[in-house]
Amino acid sequence: MFDDINELYQQVILDHCKNPRNFRELPQCSCSAQGHNPLCGDNLKLFLTMDGDVIKDAGFVGSGCCISKASASLLTENVKGKTKSEAEQMFERVRDLVTTGKAEGDVGKLAVFAGVYKYPARVKCAILSWHALMGALKGEGQPVSTENEQT
Amino acid sequence: MKSGNSIDWQKLRADFPILHQQVHGKPLVYFDNAATSQKPRSVIDALVHYYEHDNANVHRGIHELSNRSTNAFEAARTRTAKFINAKSPDEIIFTRGTTESINLVAATWGAKHLKSGDVILLTEVEHHSNLVPWQLLAQRTGAKIAYIPVTGDEGTLDWSRLDSLFTSQVKLISMVHISNSMGSVNPVAEVCARAKKLGIVTLVDGAQSAGHLTVDVQAIGCDFFAFSGHKICGPTGIGALYGRTEVLETMPPYQGGGEMILTVGYDKTEFKHAPHRFEAGTPDISGPIGLHAAMDYLDAIGRENIWRHDQELANYAYEKLSALKNIRLFGPKQNRAGLVSFLLKDVHAHDVVTLADQAGVALRGGHHCTQPLMHKLGVESTARASFYFYNMRDEVDRFVEVIQQIQKFFGQ
Repeated sequence: MFDDINELYQQVILDHCKNPRNFRELPQCSCSAQGHNPLCGDNLKLFLTMDGDVIKDAGFVGSGCCISKASASLLTENVKGKTKSEAEQMFERVRDLVTTGKAEGDVGKLAVFAGVYKYPARVKCAILSWHALMGALKGEGQPVSTENEQT
Repeated sequence: MKSGNSIDWQKLRADFPILHQQVHGKPLVYFDNAATSQKPRSVIDALVHYYEHDNANVHRGIHELSNRSTNAFEAARTRTAKFINAKSPDEIIFTRGTTESINLVAATWGAKHLKSGDVILLTEVEHHSNLVPWQLLAQRTGAKIAYIPVTGDEGTLDWSRLDSLFTSQVKLISMVHISNSMGSVNPVAEVCARAKKLGIVTLVDGAQSAGHLTVDVQAIGCDFFAFSGHKICGPTGIGALYGRTEVLETMPPYQGGGEMILTVGYDKTEFKHAPHRFEAGTPDISGPIGLHAAMDYLDAIGRENIWRHDQELANYAYEKLSALKNIRLFGPKQNRAGLVSFLLKDVHAHDVVTLADQAGVALRGGHHCTQPLMHKLGVESTARASFYFYNMRDEVDRFVEVIQQIQKFFGQ
């Protein structure tokens, strides 16, 4: 019945949704940001521990749909060890990936989100945690909402 | 009107061109009727006929087309009055829908009659359209808002609290007739009767009721009744506000402009009486004409029959879903309107809706514009199947089968 949907709900996504990695608060974090998707009610908080310019640790808590949870989980794995500007570059790539199905450069495991662009209603779910990441890195302390962005 | 047993519901489906299509390669099962209904051929034809034959501006032309257009527009007002049994067509104001109808009351009645310290009484199951306009009004006037509490997952309200909540500060009670997220039906006539004794003005949000059961505003005894055309087989962008004449006459204009004036000077303007006082500018003309056709269509079936059909489908769906494991159902067990809200254990409503869509089943997932209610029930969102008279039992079978497949997909 759901043959085509496997493109959206890839096994890696289902796995990260059921068993999210780094699903914890970081009490000693350097910065954090709340991400809210008013459409779905997805609500998550992302924590980063910085060592100078490098993201040493990342964690998240919150609730949301399968896509948003898996995206946050994979984000925390992806950004650990990256510099601030590398993480910003990855944000650009992920945004391209989930809106067009393609991205320039290597996105690693995040390639599992290549099918999201075919489901326009779900793009916001996939990008939510990445907006929270940008918010945390900017250190604005303001909750980010998918409603304030084009994607 | 026909008796319920003589109606061939399957045959009525032929009147709805949109229903006969495949979505993602599967026959469409449209279960998002609480969001908007589909349109029968007669409504689409009425819109096309108006634009092909009669289109002209209303109320000020002398020529033939303007006469036709004005007559059709005002005939729609008369038809709307009959649809909800208002005393007079002058009690019908055309708006963009339920939301604008409620905003109109908040802006005009509220500005005139509310002051700091007054209380607006609402219920905890209200749609945002019956919450936010009052919050804005409360901010402007210093009035306060109080709520009749919801009892739990069944979505029914604790009306035993009404006596203690009906304080002398309460000036208005605004309540939904049928909850769009729970499917519960509120005893609006009883509440209006009690409010009337205390001089409290009453508004009933009929967005989910007007096209599904027989509405008689005089029997309900409300001062205002708001509803939308698009949820009752009519076009989008048109709706109505019923206001009892005695109350409408106390209210200042809503927007200023043409159509709503008697005489205009540079210093002083005199306004028309209701309903025209509240309809500034060139109105949506095709909207009421389409709505007229929709009301004719519904009343040829009979709203008593539609209500019975809605309830049968909802009860059938509720029973079948109740038999599943790992599901949480919302709304009342008895006297349920034509919708079922539910949550699958550990599966977010948006994942349910995305997968159901792949199987051709159109559901709604989210907070249904009732965020405070969702918060109170401790959920972020629910999935919802909502029915209308063109839905059939075999579609419910298909829907439940799809839900079981979704549970399997997520490993339950």
